[in-house]
Amino acid sequence: MMQLRCPWCGARDEHEFVCGGTTHIRRPDPSAGDVAWGEYLFFRDNPKGVHLERWRHAYGCGCWFNIARHTVTHEVLAVYGINELPPALSGVP
Amino acid sequence: MSHRLEAPAGARIDRTHPLSFTFNGRAYSGFNGDTLASALLANDVRLLGRSFKLHRPRGVFSCGVEEPNAIVDVGAQGRRTPNVRATLLPLVEGLSATSVNCWPSVGFDVGALTGAFAALLPAGFYYKTFKWPSWRVFEPVIRRMAGLGTAPSDPDPDHYEELAAEADVLVVGGGDAGLAAAAAAARAGARTLLLEGGANLGGARAFRPDPEGEGLAAAAQEAGVRVLTRAVAFGVYDHNLVCAVERVDREGAEDLPACGLRERLWRIRARTIIAATGSFERPLVFPDNDRPGVMLAGAALEYALAYGVACGRRVVIAAACDSAYTTAAALGGAGMDVVAIVERRAQAPAAAAARGIRVMTGAAVTGVIGRRAVHGCHVEAATGNRADRPHRERLDCDLILTAGGFAPAVHLHSQAGGRLRWLAEEAMFVPNGAAPGLVSVGACAGVFDPEAARAHATAVGEAVARGQPPPAAPLGGGGSAEVFAPLAGVRGKQFVDLQNDVSVQDVELAARENYRSVEHLKRYTTTGMGTDQGKTSNINALLLMGAYTDRAPTQVGTTRFRPPFAPVTLGAIAGRRAASLYRPLRELPARTWHAERGALFETYGDWRRPAAYPQAGESVEAAAHREAGIVRERAGLYDGSPLGKLEIYGPDAAQFLDLMYVGTMSTLAIGQARYGVLLNEHGTLVDDGIVVRLAEQHYWVNTSTAGAERTAAAFEEWLQCEFVTLRVLVTPVTSRWANVTVAGPRAWRWLESVGFDATLAPANMKHMTMRAAFLDGVPLRVLRASFSGELGYEVNLPADHAVPLFARLWQRSAEIGAVLYGIEALQVLRIEKGYLHIGTDTDGTTLPADVGLARGIDRKAAAFVGRRSLSRPAAGDPERLQRVGLRPVDGRTPLPVGAQIGPHAPPAPIDGRVTSSCLSPALGHPIALALLTRGSQRIGERVVVYHLGAAIPAQVVRTPFFDPEGRRVHG
Repeated sequence: MMQLRCPWCGARDEHEFVCGGTTHIRRPDPSAGDVAWGEYLFFRDNPKGVHLERWRHAYGCGCWFNIARHTVTHEVLAVYGINELPPALSGVP
Repeated sequence: MSHRLEAPAGARIDRTHPLSFTFNGRAYSGFNGDTLASALLANDVRLLGRSFKLHRPRGVFSCGVEEPNAIVDVGAQGRRTPNVRATLLPLVEGLSATSVNCWPSVGFDVGALTGAFAALLPAGFYYKTFKWPSWRVFEPVIRRMAGLGTAPSDPDPDHYEELAAEADVLVVGGGDAGLAAAAAAARAGARTLLLEGGANLGGARAFRPDPEGEGLAAAAQEAGVRVLTRAVAFGVYDHNLVCAVERVDREGAEDLPACGLRERLWRIRARTIIAATGSFERPLVFPDNDRPGVMLAGAALEYALAYGVACGRRVVIAAACDSAYTTAAALGGAGMDVVAIVERRAQAPAAAAARGIRVMTGAAVTGVIGRRAVHGCHVEAATGNRADRPHRERLDCDLILTAGGFAPAVHLHSQAGGRLRWLAEEAMFVPNGAAPGLVSVGACAGVFDPEAARAHATAVGEAVARGQPPPAAPLGGGGSAEVFAPLAGVRGKQFVDLQNDVSVQDVELAARENYRSVEHLKRYTTTGMGTDQGKTSNINALLLMGAYTDRAPTQVGTTRFRPPFAPVTLGAIAGRRAASLYRPLRELPARTWHAERGALFETYGDWRRPAAYPQAGESVEAAAHREAGIVRERAGLYDGSPLGKLEIYGPDAAQFLDLMYVGTMSTLAIGQARYGVLLNEHGTLVDDGIVVRLAEQHYWVNTSTAGAERTAAAFEEWLQCEFVTLRVLVTPVTSRWANVTVAGPRAWRWLESVGFDATLAPANMKHMTMRAAFLDGVPLRVLRASFSGELGYEVNLPADHAVPLFARLWQRSAEIGAVLYGIEALQVLRIEKGYLHIGTDTDGTTLPADVGLARGIDRKAAAFVGRRSLSRPAAGDPERLQRVGLRPVDGRTPLPVGAQIGPHAPPAPIDGRVTSSCLSPALGHPIALALLTRGSQRIGERVVVYHLGAAIPAQVVRTPFFDPEGRRVHG
């Protein structure tokens, strides 16, 4: 069980959180074609390495935030606000 | 007590404090400080159980957590614990234990006949034998014959708890290395916690006295180390979380309280973990090496020195390692007679001759005499070819010890992600440097010299406390060991894994069948499985695999060490989350009031709710039928409190709700209510409910009961992550407000009779509006809406006031002729009206147009959630499942929920299925809702509903079944 650092509440056990999957996904305009909409709905990268993802402190403050997590080691390389851009990290495209 | 040695042997036992206990119904006695295993050995009980597969007689093999054989069931009924290792179980007064896997008794075991059929039970036998006529014929018998302990028969009377803890440095293992590391870390200022699995600190000093280590425990306490004994760390998890189980009660004692704390699960988050878990002795493999009386050399020494028990009087030691010689000397010193050391290597260590013990070099034990106890053994030259072994010597003995070297307990290191390397001169796998967040010290790091281990552990403790890199481990000192090819040309089974009855022959067979990976070997032969997880067998199995496939141990590799390191009870994992706390249910504010009026409660989602209010002898179905009928005829009272309730505030609340709902909420007048459905981004229906505008910037949202939390969470996610500029606040208020629903033609008459204000009368308050009102000073939010199709009022009020309002209404129920109705009646009413239950009458593919809810979408401007998906090509597929009504052609036969609709009897492609069904009191015949391919174009068509072999002709009809014009909601 990982330990995540909620930006508002500090370090808590993983079971207080809900993972919302990959973050920074851009919601296409309603005029987007079927292919672009299908990409948005169904296609996600599954990197072996650093993954930018969003979590919600569901059993705490209820706030969403972003993290950069290494999918092999579970090392959390960065925690940043839900509306912030990811910090520069090696291994992040 | 003939097998007790004289003091000073027996440092752990208190000979002035005898204890009585029973094993397989016979009474014995031991001493305080004994384990069950040491007490049984002291009573000369050699035969403790039968093996898993072949039912061979087995005795104590080890003195610790690695025990493969001596597992017993302890206690009775709810307190029975199966598969307890007798080697770890502290003896208590009145303890009662029984053998596992034998019937009728351990001495005469019918299952032992399997031994005669051993040839039919090779590795992977279930793929090969018992194939004719069918494996299923044999499976029940084989499953009954196999297995270990018996599960408890009653609920566990005790309880378990869970604790979270933090430490700068967590040391696992209370041997000298662990104590030294912990003391050094604490002295350097680290908050240090030490876990020891057994009851005693000092580790290997139990069988290897060492005055240098004696002050360590006191030093650690003095330095401020928090020490927990009987706490087994069973796993290292992500981000340096260590889980441990602490045994709190005295298992099996006769004077336990009726309900007590049994075990405590520790979840410890440590900055650095220091593993000091020691090592396991590696046995040698020879024919019949599983007989009671064959055991690990170190274990026999520990029984002698710590418990004062002679496991035998005449001892033969089978050795391939220098440690055998110090063991032999110590056993001799304790009063046991070492007959010979049978040394597999060509040369004995030089010091051996001086000890005056007979050493037979280049020799091996090639046979064990005795079935249930050892009476002797055969020794021959240890060469592979039988022709080269002209002489066979018989040695009389009652104990055969095996010393094949050591295997560091690298489990925690591996679980933490550490790598291993093969140390050839000691024939063992050792940690290849530190693991992330974990450093190994002492024997588990491959450091066997006590002095070197203490010095290294001290340096490691200090370094990790200061955040410095730990020093490298000074490997060695284990007494050099060698690896030997298996004995060939000998008779009798040579066991590699005692618990799973895996023999050399099984490993050889796996190699012959071209299994190469050690993971495959494990699964094919079952070596390394079971309660001991191969602690004494893994290394031998992979060495053998290497020998059969001409590979070095590093090339073969080891299986992954996964948690748990030792078995963990389900009780410890469940903790307090048992019985009613396993899944806490929500209760209505008026639950007692309903119960007093005959409510039959059932679980619906997270809630306990009245299903119906059956009269004497009435079934739930009959009650629901009666209640629904009276609601249509007169009036009914229903507790709708679990309905989801959200309040939405803010300047952008209207715009936000337009983005969430298919319907448009920004055009609602104040006080006006509108039904709306929610989609996910796939366009699929996920929830529905009523939205009311209370003020310009304030909405009241009813969700479905099941969707309350889900909808609030979804709204939050959209607000926080996507529509981030909208100024909106979402407040879930479900449990704050009770919902007292009054429905039926006499609904208003009833409300009026208890004092509701005339402004709420149907003439003054339209359907689908909400008014704030007061009743005796209690604030109400009264919604005129209907899920029954009748005139309906949902009176929302603070939850504390629910019971008085129910009571006040109920006082007038007789003059109204009204009933209380439960969920089942509500289902009947809403099916008659064709109202959907999202998730029941829809599935993960249902779009609004499939159920007739697409009205107005074209005119709506907002890009609400899911909208884009409604114009995907699949949304226009003419074959889509669409909602329809069904009635049986015969007017009598119910159409069961889940039944398939199709042109052909199943198994065949289907056209759809029944989603909701009831016997309609208003119409007098069964009705059903269904999802049917092209349903909207098939009204009037005859279809067949298939259910468990029955074919029921039905007609596709429009919904609603009842009151299609919807006149009745107006009263």
